[in-house]
Amino acid sequence: MATSVLEQTHVAKRGTLASWLTTVDHKKIGILYGASAFLFFLIGGIEALIIRTQLARPDATLVSPEFYNQLFTMHGTTMIFLGVMPLSAMFFNFFIPLLIGARDVAFPRLNAMSLWVFILGGLFMNFSFLMNAAPNGGWFGYAPLSSRQYSPGLNMDFWVIGLQILGIASLAAGVNFFTTILNMRARGMTLMRMPMFVWTTLITQILVLLSFPVITVALILLMVDRTFGASFFSVGGGGDPMLWQHLFWVFGHPEVYILILPAFGIISEILPVFSRKPLFGYSAMVFSSAFIAFLGFGVWSHHMFSTGMGPLADTFFSLATMLIAIPTGVKIFNWIGTLWGGSLQFKTPMLFALGFIAMFITGGLSGVMHSVAPADLQQTDTYFVVAHFHYVLFGGSIFALTAGAYYWWPKMFGTMLNETIGKWHFWLMLAGFNLTFFPMHFAGLLGMPRRIYTYPAGLGFELFNMMATVGAFLLAFSILVFMYNMWVTVRRNVPAPADPWGGATLEWTIPSPPQEWNFTVEPVVAERDPVWAMKRAAGVRTLPEPTLDSGKGIHLPGPSWWPLVVAVGILVFFIGFMVKHSYAFPFGPITIVGFLLTAVGIFKWAYEAPDANAPKH
Amino acid sequence: MPTPPSTEDVSTMSSATLAHDETHDAHEGHHTSFPIDNRKLAIWSFIGSECLFFATLISTFLIYKDSHPKGPGPKDIFEVPLVTGGTAVLLFSSFFVVMALNGAQEGNRKKMLGWLAATIGCGLFFMGMQVYEFSHFYHEGLGYTTNLFGTSFYTLTGFHGTHVAIGTLWLITVFKDAVKGNLPPAKALNLELAALYWHFVDVVWIIIFPVVYLMSLRS
Amino acid sequence: MIRHLRISSRRHLPLLLLGLVAVTLTGCLDASQYPQSTLTPKGDYAEMVDKLFRTTLWLATLVFIIVEAGLLWAIFKFRGKPDDPEPKQVHGSTTVEIIWTVIPALVLAVVAVPTVQTIFETAKVPAASPDGQAPLRVDVVGHQWWWEFRYPELGITTANQLHVPVGRTVDLRMKTVDVLHSFWIPQFAGKRDVFPNRETRLWFTAKETGAFPGACAEFCGIQHGRMDFYVMVNTPEEFAGWVATRQTDSLLGPTGLPKPAPTPVVDSTAKAGKGDVVVAAAPAVPVAPAAMTDPKVAEGEKYFATKGCIGCHSLNSVGAPKGMIGPNLAGIGVRKNIAGGWLPNTDENLHRWIKTPQLVKSGVLMQVPEMTDAEVDALVAYLRTKQ
Repeated sequence: MATSVLEQTHVAKRGTLASWLTTVDHKKIGILYGASAFLFFLIGGIEALIIRTQLARPDATLVSPEFYNQLFTMHGTTMIFLGVMPLSAMFFNFFIPLLIGARDVAFPRLNAMSLWVFILGGLFMNFSFLMNAAPNGGWFGYAPLSSRQYSPGLNMDFWVIGLQILGIASLAAGVNFFTTILNMRARGMTLMRMPMFVWTTLITQILVLLSFPVITVALILLMVDRTFGASFFSVGGGGDPMLWQHLFWVFGHPEVYILILPAFGIISEILPVFSRKPLFGYSAMVFSSAFIAFLGFGVWSHHMFSTGMGPLADTFFSLATMLIAIPTGVKIFNWIGTLWGGSLQFKTPMLFALGFIAMFITGGLSGVMHSVAPADLQQTDTYFVVAHFHYVLFGGSIFALTAGAYYWWPKMFGTMLNETIGKWHFWLMLAGFNLTFFPMHFAGLLGMPRRIYTYPAGLGFELFNMMATVGAFLLAFSILVFMYNMWVTVRRNVPAPADPWGGATLEWTIPSPPQEWNFTVEPVVAERDPVWAMKRAAGVRTLPEPTLDSGKGIHLPGPSWWPLVVAVGILVFFIGFMVKHSYAFPFGPITIVGFLLTAVGIFKWAYEAPDANAPKH
Repeated sequence: MPTPPSTEDVSTMSSATLAHDETHDAHEGHHTSFPIDNRKLAIWSFIGSECLFFATLISTFLIYKDSHPKGPGPKDIFEVPLVTGGTAVLLFSSFFVVMALNGAQEGNRKKMLGWLAATIGCGLFFMGMQVYEFSHFYHEGLGYTTNLFGTSFYTLTGFHGTHVAIGTLWLITVFKDAVKGNLPPAKALNLELAALYWHFVDVVWIIIFPVVYLMSLRS
Repeated sequence: MIRHLRISSRRHLPLLLLGLVAVTLTGCLDASQYPQSTLTPKGDYAEMVDKLFRTTLWLATLVFIIVEAGLLWAIFKFRGKPDDPEPKQVHGSTTVEIIWTVIPALVLAVVAVPTVQTIFETAKVPAASPDGQAPLRVDVVGHQWWWEFRYPELGITTANQLHVPVGRTVDLRMKTVDVLHSFWIPQFAGKRDVFPNRETRLWFTAKETGAFPGACAEFCGIQHGRMDFYVMVNTPEEFAGWVATRQTDSLLGPTGLPKPAPTPVVDSTAKAGKGDVVVAAAPAVPVAPAAMTDPKVAEGEKYFATKGCIGCHSLNSVGAPKGMIGPNLAGIGVRKNIAGGWLPNTDENLHRWIKTPQLVKSGVLMQVPEMTDAEVDALVAYLRTKQ
């Protein structure tokens, strides 16, 4: 039953469409996450460019107000759920097993299902553009604007149903990575020896598991309102719009940390390697991450200061929010502490990591300013808050994810991204980013509300908006430079060594790209930064290049169609709820077809031997 | 109760489904970092997530339980004796499934099948009770969208009922395997996973019963 | 050389940004160019908020400079070459970590104290204005996409242009008839969301006269971007005159002559507050003789009834029924802006707005029948007489 390396590589190299559709290999799934998320990221970026072009001048008429509302709703939704989250998932998938010394995740087929549910959900949401009915109620879909009465079209149905589909993908991945990290670590890798990225991923999964059910229920209630005519959030039937805000932000604030914690982890991997010095204050970093996540569940109402909750609630949520600055500050100081006394090597990943710290400081400080409730009454729902969360999400998450892309590209694809182009990419992105978002602080303080499709001349918004628009195109150009870099790298195909950066973690001990089974011999870990320990023990700066292996005797789960079938079933099931029908029998024919498809898929999957389709002797 | 991880259990590398696992092939065993099977850990994390799901639904019900400007309210239609019966049945079923698992671990096929059948029977009874209750309420004038009390009641208990249905289906699948002789003691974990989920579904009802039925009557 | 360039540009960028912050802090922005600015408060509420904001901004800037400088210093000082020996392997320092946990906590405490103070100071509407009068109560109603203002103590209603007297505290009680909006007057107070099922409160005391723009700040549908309004801060005398005009305009016909049946000047739905001010009926504002004799005006009055305008719009400030679909048009002839407070109130704009509302503000709920240019002109002329 054992499979030889020749057959394995043969299968991998054939690279048929079917082999990608049925793959359960965490590395291929990671690449698929990355590729699809990058495409969605580009779509969200194009939406942003149209938005910025419309706002470049006052009283512009480039797009209709209706289309503008679709653009900013989809821009926000896309960047959060289809951009940053799945780009993080790319790194979870590809690198968590490698970092903990495992051959795959705990549930490879569940992992494949997460991927396909995510891709189908993302396509479904963007399909709405083709029907001229893209979601238009803002990414937090406030009731009662999102109710059938005020949003009669299919627009918000796409949003409500699309987010539920994406939620399933996130929850399945949450269960999977929670289990993988806790249970699949190499021998000797205790919790406090885990690389920092593994820690922040684990905490992120806990946040997903505890916050996504809340938004799932909120979306179900909204769907019930829209499809079956209930009134959870509409005042006419006794509902309360405030309930939606509470449920949304009980999810929405932890979601912020779901977006930023993986970035913290990536930075904490990169800085030590390019400082040639271990992470400063590892334990403090672990506990501050956990503390941030914990506090993240107790501060949701700071998104609601302008609703007039009363002075006691304002005080509580102000102070709780300020508390978060303490563990966040600890992180920033520890990163600087990591640099301190090091021997800094300014490779592209390091530049992006340093850019991350510099930008995140700004976003963090404007966050503290938002926690000051009375001042927030002037800043919330203006371009000041737009500037703030872009400093966190772009200056934070995207800079970190780009750093991770440069850092781990050689391991993923076995080639090195070009350093010169990479440095151009960095400086253009840094300049474009600051030119886009720094002026927005001023536009906001000078009174520009967010989500307006145009503004009159004479309020003084012109200069800052023009700066932001020019910056946005510069930023877009930097992404083109990145794409050019990827294209050049693929064309030149210069093989990368196993350990191009002098890494500290286990992924650098295996070939680039890794063979399908990752580790021929399962590693044993005796301390933190295990690969540095190995090198120090051997008295070398780089380990000898690992040889390719036969993989004889290593068993891997075989490919399967059923995860894809289940994902399609879930999609069809939910589409059924876009059709209005009577509540006496809440399931239309489409829903039933989708349910059956899902059920059949789950049973077939359950009874399929995991290596049923694995290559055999 | 916890089964020692057997060498044959290879779910770490191979099992991708929580519903049921049919792996017998001789994969090499992979150690787990904690002395708990992957699938069990996954179910626990899923249950943790589900707690928030039901907490949100129960909170929504509590917010809207007194919102019945038209149509019947809780006092008008709740029939506590019936639901108490259903609650008792569900409580017993948790005990039954423990006995079934005990039988599976001992290799006592008769014991396992008997208790498992009893558990499934309890699940079916509970679902029947809920169908009866819903149709009764409907005839009393409480449609799904008659008032917010009704909508949040049906949504909460409907989702719980769906969980009971999924759990029953799961137990039936395990039962089918057991009848075929595919549930030796080494694979008792397959039943244990279903049982864990079943216990959770019961516990949720133990919260719903006082919070939804008894508290609504008091106010 | 390359390294030098890299380092210096890294250093200059934050400095540039800091320059911009400094401009904000020192208030060098010319207030007249930024009429909607939060940085030039013109009322007590906004001043309290602004003081707190400046404290926070100064502290944040200080922290920003120190931390970014530390970062840049580390980057500059510890740059290494690939063949340098391995640096000293430091894993952490408990002392240092305790210090940089405690210091931020202290800085936050410095922010927290005035924050909590200001939260409580701004929470309650003052019992009396600085001038000793009771606060002026105004009921604000958000509509898609315009603002209704009702003065229950004065029995008058208006839209998109909130008149208040300088120096007297205004007590706003706010609701919406449809989706959520957020009432925002940057120079007087922060913003406050409005809900369909509960009343929210906001208050301010204007310290300067003039016209100050405000906007809806909560996304409320297709025309959220065109839901602006003006706060007209008048002297007490001007305000009394405006109130008198509003209270009597319903008594006047289109030609400025009194109508036969006067309408009572009391809003029956309003609760009389203890600080009720009885405004003496001032003499009617004289209407230009040309307008009185213009036959277009009479024609326009006819169209106002026959073309359906009257179904949604009231021309009376007094006794205007609640829940009117369209904005109250009393005094429309002299309002600063139209179409939800953003379009200058010229004859040409008013014509365009009445004739083709969907082209001016797409998605707007105003329905108009086909009308000839002459008919629209007559309507414009008629509305222009509403002073």
